[in-house]
Amino acid sequence: MALAFDEFGRPFIILKEQEQKSRLRGLDAQKANIAAGKAVARILRTSLGPKGMDKMLQSPDGDVTITNDGATILEQMDVDNQIAKLMVELSRSQDYEIGDGTTGVVVLAGALLEQAEKLLERGIHPIRIAEGYELASRIAVENLEGIAQKFEFGPSNIEPLVQTCMTTLSSKIVNRCKRDMAEIAVKAVLAVADLERKDVNLDLIKVEGKVGGKLEDTELVYGIIVDKDMSHPQMPKRIEDVNIAILTCPFEPPKPKTKHKVDIDTVEKFQTLRLQEQKYFDDMVQKCKDVGATLVICQWGFDDEANHLLMHRNLPAVRWVGGVELELIAIATGGRIVPRFQELTPDKLGKAGLVREKSFGTTKDRMLYIEHCANSRAVTIFIRGGNKMMIEETKRSIHDALCVARNLILNNSIVYGGGSAEIACSIAVEAAADRYPGVEQYAIRGFADALDSIPMALAENSGLQPIETLSAVKSEQIKENNPFCGIDCNDVGTNNMREQNVFETLIGKQQQILLATQVVKMILKIDDVISPAEY
Amino acid sequence: MAVEKILKDDASEEKGERARMASFIGAMAIADLVKTTLGPKGMDKILQSTGRGQQVTVTNDGATILKSLHIDNPAAKVLVDISKVQDDEVGDGTTSVVVLAGELLREAEKLVNSKIHPMTIISGYRMAADAARNALLQKVVDNKEDAEKFRSDLMKIAMTTLSSKILSQDKEHFAQLAVDAVMRLKGSTNLEAIQIIKKPGGSLKDSFLDEGFILDKKIGIGQPKRIENAKILVANTAMDTDKVKIYGARVRVDSMSKVAEIEAAEKQKMREKVQKIIGHGINCFINRQLIYNFPEELFADAGILAIEHADFDGIERLALVTGGEIASTFDNPESVKLGHCKLIEEIMIGEDKLIHFSGCEMGQACTIVLRGASQHVLDEADRSLHDALCVLSQTVNDSRVLLGGGWPEMIMAKEVDELARKTPGKKSLAIDAFSRSLLAIPTIIADNAGLDSAELVAQLRAEHHREGCNAGIDVITGSVGDMAALGISESFKVKQAVLLSATEAAEMILRVDEIITCAPRRREDRM
Repeated sequence: MALAFDEFGRPFIILKEQEQKSRLRGLDAQKANIAAGKAVARILRTSLGPKGMDKMLQSPDGDVTITNDGATILEQMDVDNQIAKLMVELSRSQDYEIGDGTTGVVVLAGALLEQAEKLLERGIHPIRIAEGYELASRIAVENLEGIAQKFEFGPSNIEPLVQTCMTTLSSKIVNRCKRDMAEIAVKAVLAVADLERKDVNLDLIKVEGKVGGKLEDTELVYGIIVDKDMSHPQMPKRIEDVNIAILTCPFEPPKPKTKHKVDIDTVEKFQTLRLQEQKYFDDMVQKCKDVGATLVICQWGFDDEANHLLMHRNLPAVRWVGGVELELIAIATGGRIVPRFQELTPDKLGKAGLVREKSFGTTKDRMLYIEHCANSRAVTIFIRGGNKMMIEETKRSIHDALCVARNLILNNSIVYGGGSAEIACSIAVEAAADRYPGVEQYAIRGFADALDSIPMALAENSGLQPIETLSAVKSEQIKENNPFCGIDCNDVGTNNMREQNVFETLIGKQQQILLATQVVKMILKIDDVISPAEY
Repeated sequence: MAVEKILKDDASEEKGERARMASFIGAMAIADLVKTTLGPKGMDKILQSTGRGQQVTVTNDGATILKSLHIDNPAAKVLVDISKVQDDEVGDGTTSVVVLAGELLREAEKLVNSKIHPMTIISGYRMAADAARNALLQKVVDNKEDAEKFRSDLMKIAMTTLSSKILSQDKEHFAQLAVDAVMRLKGSTNLEAIQIIKKPGGSLKDSFLDEGFILDKKIGIGQPKRIENAKILVANTAMDTDKVKIYGARVRVDSMSKVAEIEAAEKQKMREKVQKIIGHGINCFINRQLIYNFPEELFADAGILAIEHADFDGIERLALVTGGEIASTFDNPESVKLGHCKLIEEIMIGEDKLIHFSGCEMGQACTIVLRGASQHVLDEADRSLHDALCVLSQTVNDSRVLLGGGWPEMIMAKEVDELARKTPGKKSLAIDAFSRSLLAIPTIIADNAGLDSAELVAQLRAEHHREGCNAGIDVITGSVGDMAALGISESFKVKQAVLLSATEAAEMILRVDEIITCAPRRREDRM
């Protein structure tokens, strides 16, 4: 192993404790890495497409997650292998960047690795393969732009957006009511979108879930829902035209940061202290009242005494509201978060048309709805569903749909789904391959084959004959020069994805190809794996 | 070269057929476990907790059984979860939902074995569930307009729910209790206003509904035992020494005499507080926190009934019942709303003394006192009654009613069968399977009652081919009977929730083709 000799022929050791480390190098290292990458891709392969299956994941604490979202599966899989971790990262970065297509990117990377393995066996140098892939990916991305179409939408015409979100949702368990969900997602995104600047802040969309009810009961609330109730059971459950004071200071006597002691040694002092204490509470409540607040939302708790005083002065209050929610409320109501009672002024109050408490089911669960806010740019999607796992999965699906809608607002180019874009790229790459002299040609062809594996997986998952279907669609694309032909997963009867209204975003697809190529290049460049031995 | 290991050491991965089998088996095991508790002749289970004392629970409430199980199979957890949600949402049908989901999966397993893709099964199930729901919607009866009939509907539902529980001997009595209690709520689903007090002793028949409010507390010594036209102040305040809430304050003295002074001041402070409370013109004071001897004595002197340490629920309920507000400061007596009731007295139930508030302002609240031979009986009675109350309160809001005894299942199965015949393609097999799963419920009810299920279900099916048939399984006589005549009803909301959640859960489990189990967290890590 890493053993070197100095000029006198004495060996010296380069790696610390090298006998305890396992090491793979050269072709072995590459093959091992490729095998690991492929293994991860294989897990996700069956989740691709509208007929993809779910995975059930059991966490270390025994909680069960059922999902077919690639990023979530990989994140919770407890992966140990370094290369597998790279794949997890890959899916995660797709999730952060685009939000959708997290499964597809891993499957594509797996297919690229598989092709690379074949090329390696033919004795092609990994760097040459990597370069070939790079070239091919550029061709594919360009081709995508060529076949992409722009479509127009506006606040009044949301249909195209809804259609695209439906494509995303159709692979999830919520596809029973994908139409409703897609509409909710699109409306939510449009509510917070800044169409002028083409900017969407997804933080303004809160996704809240509560078990019970049906999936169909899921609703979009123009306002905020907080999983809290009024601090005193006898406070009003419904308030209209509310002025909200948003506080981050507790209704308690102040606690100075500097260490101090108040020593009491006489009766008089004892009594003044008592009076002082009462005055504190009184002042606090009075301050809120003075500026005209009709509802107090506080990040901290209240003392019993303060609670009663609030109740007594007819000032409803909510306590222990989380920081994130507090911020959302502030944005929605146009109020300012006030850290000290002294700084409370009327113009810092938030405004909302209606605040109401709603109870669910037979338990005492209550939630607080803050609606008709001054600034309607914060919305909540409130999900109902049969069980906890269903809600979690719906949350993830909605997240994907939201991301898709956002991407469309940023860039309104689309490509058609159902594997049609991949097939079109594959044809283009294949055709371009012949123009390159040298070894790269083979790598580029390999890339084209890898692109085919996505429609192939789609067909496989839909129970079609993969090779037959793919070759039929491919020939149809070439014959009719129509890049919209894809795999007919839902058995509708036509291969034209344009007629089926299956869209995906252009940037999502481009990102998939670029990210997958990058990771594969990285994996191919590794020729030495040194890892500490098992202990 | 061997494929590198991807997952961590103890993590496991099951794929395809194996994964599907694991989840089918897990889910069916759970369904079989609770299956025998279904129906009026269902049996109970004994649950022994592993915790301290090895407490024993005897129950036939599906949610309770499943809640106390330690389950490792992930698919089984899905079923436990739906039963829990069913309990939270509608309160009853917790067993049915699990059994139905289990049956759906059992049928699905057969279909998968005959090489039908799970996705096809799912789409078939979805169509079937829709058809079944529509069938129910067509058959519902809504008697909201007619108060008399509505009440009798409620009675029937309560009796049907209770008939499968330990209370079935006295179901009429308890159904009456439950209906009375729920009717007092006037449409609200807030079951907190109904208090259930369990007192061992006597028999279940001695349980009664009290329109007032009963607090499980004793009246302080030397204080009046009976107050008429009580003015009640409900408070949440410290009645021991008042803590100084200003941070960092402490008492530091340098002589004994000063200690005495401070003590006197403290006493004075308490006395003032008590004076202020008395100043509200009350004759009953109820505090959530402790009342020390000294203030208690002061109250007794003033002839005021002082009750200490009522728990939080008790306080909230009391405030609700008497219409007072929960007070914590006492400086402006004129604006504090006092609670009122006609009579406060100490009553005896069994050997215990309780405080009874009657003639309260708000008529909503009431108390049900359960009596029974042992704590276990009482616990189970409590759970049963809770089920009944939940169902009733839901029914008051959604007053659509169906017949019981396997009738809704037969109706649905018939409709689903119809659909299967009309649907082309492989889906129809799944739809067929759905209807078979629906039929499994009356079959299990009959089986549990020791009847010839095959014969009965076949008869039922024949009966149901007539239009407007009310036939269901009459477990008592062991034959097919007219459910409308027998007065067996179920709430539409419960049945719908059972149908939808079971289908949803089955769908979820069917979609899984791979199970990845992470290494269990080591116990040392947590410490």
